[in-house]
Amino acid sequence: MTTAFRRLKSIALGTAFGTVCLASIGTAPALAQDIIVGLITKTEINPFFVKMKEGAQAKAKELGVELRSYAGKVDGDNESQVAAIESLIAAGAKGILITPSDTKAIVPSVEKAREAGIMVIALDTPLEPITAADATLATDNFRAGELIGQWAAKTLGDAAQDARIGFLDLTPMEPTVDYLRDQGFMKGFGIDIQDPTDIGDEDDPRISGHDVTSGNEEGGRRAMENLLQRDPTINVVYTINEPAAAGAYEALKAVGREKDVLIVSVDGGCPGVKNVEAGIIGATSQQYPLLMASMGVEAVVNYVKTGKKPENSPGLEFFNTGVELVTAKPVEGVPSIGVEEGLARCWG
Amino acid sequence: MSGADTDSRAGPAGYEQVLKKTDPSIASFEEEAATPLKRLQHFLHAHPTAIPAIVLVLAILLFSIIAGQRFLHPFNFSLVLQQVTIIGIVGVAQTLIVLTAGIDLSVGAIMVLSSVVMGKFAIDVGLPVPLAFASGLVVGTLCGIVNGLLVTRLRLPPFIVTLGTWSIFFALNLWYSGSESIRSQDIAEGAAFLQFTGTPFVLGQARITIGSILMLALVFLFWYILNWTSFGRHVYAIGDDPEAAKLAGIRTNGVLLSVYAIAGLICAIAGWALIGRIGSVSPQAGYTANLDSITAVVIGGTSLFGGRGSIIGTLIGALIVGVFRNGLALSGVDVLWQEFAVGFLIIAAVAIDQWLRRVSA
Repeated sequence: MTTAFRRLKSIALGTAFGTVCLASIGTAPALAQDIIVGLITKTEINPFFVKMKEGAQAKAKELGVELRSYAGKVDGDNESQVAAIESLIAAGAKGILITPSDTKAIVPSVEKAREAGIMVIALDTPLEPITAADATLATDNFRAGELIGQWAAKTLGDAAQDARIGFLDLTPMEPTVDYLRDQGFMKGFGIDIQDPTDIGDEDDPRISGHDVTSGNEEGGRRAMENLLQRDPTINVVYTINEPAAAGAYEALKAVGREKDVLIVSVDGGCPGVKNVEAGIIGATSQQYPLLMASMGVEAVVNYVKTGKKPENSPGLEFFNTGVELVTAKPVEGVPSIGVEEGLARCWG
Repeated sequence: MSGADTDSRAGPAGYEQVLKKTDPSIASFEEEAATPLKRLQHFLHAHPTAIPAIVLVLAILLFSIIAGQRFLHPFNFSLVLQQVTIIGIVGVAQTLIVLTAGIDLSVGAIMVLSSVVMGKFAIDVGLPVPLAFASGLVVGTLCGIVNGLLVTRLRLPPFIVTLGTWSIFFALNLWYSGSESIRSQDIAEGAAFLQFTGTPFVLGQARITIGSILMLALVFLFWYILNWTSFGRHVYAIGDDPEAAKLAGIRTNGVLLSVYAIAGLICAIAGWALIGRIGSVSPQAGYTANLDSITAVVIGGTSLFGGRGSIIGTLIGALIVGVFRNGLALSGVDVLWQEFAVGFLIIAAVAIDQWLRRVSA
C-alpha cells in the first residue's frame, strides 16, 4: 500500500513538475526598453501553430521586439496557457497573442492581463465572449465551412438532395473553431443549423452522423470507419482539418469507397493542398496563420507607439485575415483559387 | 508477502502439485473458513486473464443486443482488430515493463519518433527503404536503452525517467519532422514497404491487415518468451521481488536493461504498423498511446505493482477498449460516454487487482 501511495504522489508531483517546466520555456532576462510580445499557442505539435510561431518570430525580428512563445501540451490544455499569461504579466509584456485552447476558461486570466495594461489579441480562435480580447485576428471559420459546404452542394447538383453526410469534428468539447466550421458547412450545404453554437441539434435527414478525430490522421481513420459501419451509404464527408481528411481517405480506400465519396476540409496546409491536387480532397478552405501572427506582432507594436487597437472587419466582430477556397474543380457561384495558387500560399 | 505469486505463475505444475501434497484435513479446515467468494478470489488470482476474458465476452454480448447485426458482422470484428493494432503492439512493450514493476510513459513518443525516422530517411534523405526501416528500429531500440540505463545505472524511478524521456523524444520528433506530415501518396510512391503493414487480405467477410497479424504474432512470441524461457521467468521474478531475484542469482540490471531495449524495439515496430494504419507519417499521431497502452495493460489484469499478469491479458484489455468504443459508436452514443466507460473499466480493473492481492496476505 505504501508503494501505491508513493506512486500516486509521484504521479501528482510529476504532472505538476511537467506543467511548470513547460510554462517556463522561453523566459530570458530582457532589457527594460524592450517591447515584449508574448505568443501563446495551443500546442507545439500542430504545424499550424508552428508556422504561426515562425511568422511571429520573423516579424518580431524585423521590428526589433522580443517575442516570448509558450504552448500548451495538448489541445485543450488550459492550465499551461494560464501559467503562460501569468509569466507574461510578471515579465511586463506589452501585448499577448493567444490561440485559446479553452475559449471560456481562459477569460479570467485574459482579464487580469488587460487590467495590467497588456493588449490581448486572440489569434485564429475567438474567445467567448469575443469581446474579452482587445482584438481578434482570425480566419472567418464559419465562412471557411460555408465555402466548402456550398462547393459540395454545387458539385453534387441534384444529388445534394439525397446526400448522406458524415461529419468528422474535432473534440467532444466543441471549441469555437469546431462548431463554426461544422455549422458553416451545414449552412453552405443548405441544412437548417438551428442553434449555430451546437453541433448535433439538427434534424436534417441527410446528416448521417458525427464523430470526433482530435484533428489527426489516426482519429480521422477511426472516426470514418465507425461512421461507415453505422451507415455505409455516406457519400459526402466534412472534415475539421486535412490530417483528419487524410485519415478518412485511408478508411474509405480500405473498403474501396474512395472514388465515390466527396471529402471536403479546412486548413490549407501544404500536404492538404497537395491532396486537393491529387483528388483526395475535393476542396479545402485555406487560412493564413503566418499572416495572423505577423499582423498580431505589428498590432502590439503599433499599440505601444500610438495607443490604437486593430479595427474589426466590416460586419464582423473580428479582423478577418482571409480565407480562400482551394479546388481543382471550381463551381459557378463559389469563389475559389486553383491548386497552384493554393500551393504558393500554403503553410506547413 | 507475495512469494507465492511466482510459484503460481510457474506453470500450473508447481502450484497445484504442492497443493495436492498438502494434508487434506488442513486444507478442508481452510476451506471451511473460506466462502465461495474466497475460492473465486483464489481462482482468479491463479488465472489473471480470466476476468478480462469474461468481460470481453460480456461486452460482445451486450453490444450485440444493443447494436445488433452491424456489430456482429465479421467485418466489424476485423475492424476492431485493426483499430486496436497499434495499442496492442505498444501494449506488449508496456506489459514487459509493467511486469518488472516499472511503467513506460515514453512508448508513444518512441513509436512516433521511429516512424518519423523511417519516413524521413526513406523519402527526404533518400536512403534505400530497408535501410531507412532498419534505422527506425535502431532509433526505437536506442530510446529504450536510454530509458533502461537511466533506470538501472542512475537508479531513477521508471515513472520519472519515462516522463522525462517522453517529453524529450516527443520534442526530438517535432524538431526532426518540423511538425510536418509526409503524405500517404508520397510514401506509396517512394517507400511502399513502409505501408506494408496496412495491406489487407480478405478472410470470408472479414478484412484482416498484415499489421493485425503482426500484433498477434508479437503477442504469442512474447507470451512464449515470458512463460517458457528463463529470461521470461526472470522478468516475473524481478517484478515480484527484486531483492529475492538478486539473491537467487538473477542479474537484475542486465535483465531490466534488455527489457527496456526490447520495449523500445517493439515500439519502433508499432511505428511501422502506425504508418500502415494511417498511410502517412504523422508527427501528431500516437500522442495518447502511452496512456492507452497502460489502460490496456491494467484492464488486461496485469498488476501495476509488477510480477503478475500476462501479454494475452493485455491483448484482451486492448480488445475490450476497442469493443466498447466501437460498440458505443455504433449505438450512436456520444463520444464523451465512451471515455466514461473506459474510465469505469480502469477503476474496476484496479479494484479487482487490489482485491486479488489480498489472497496472499
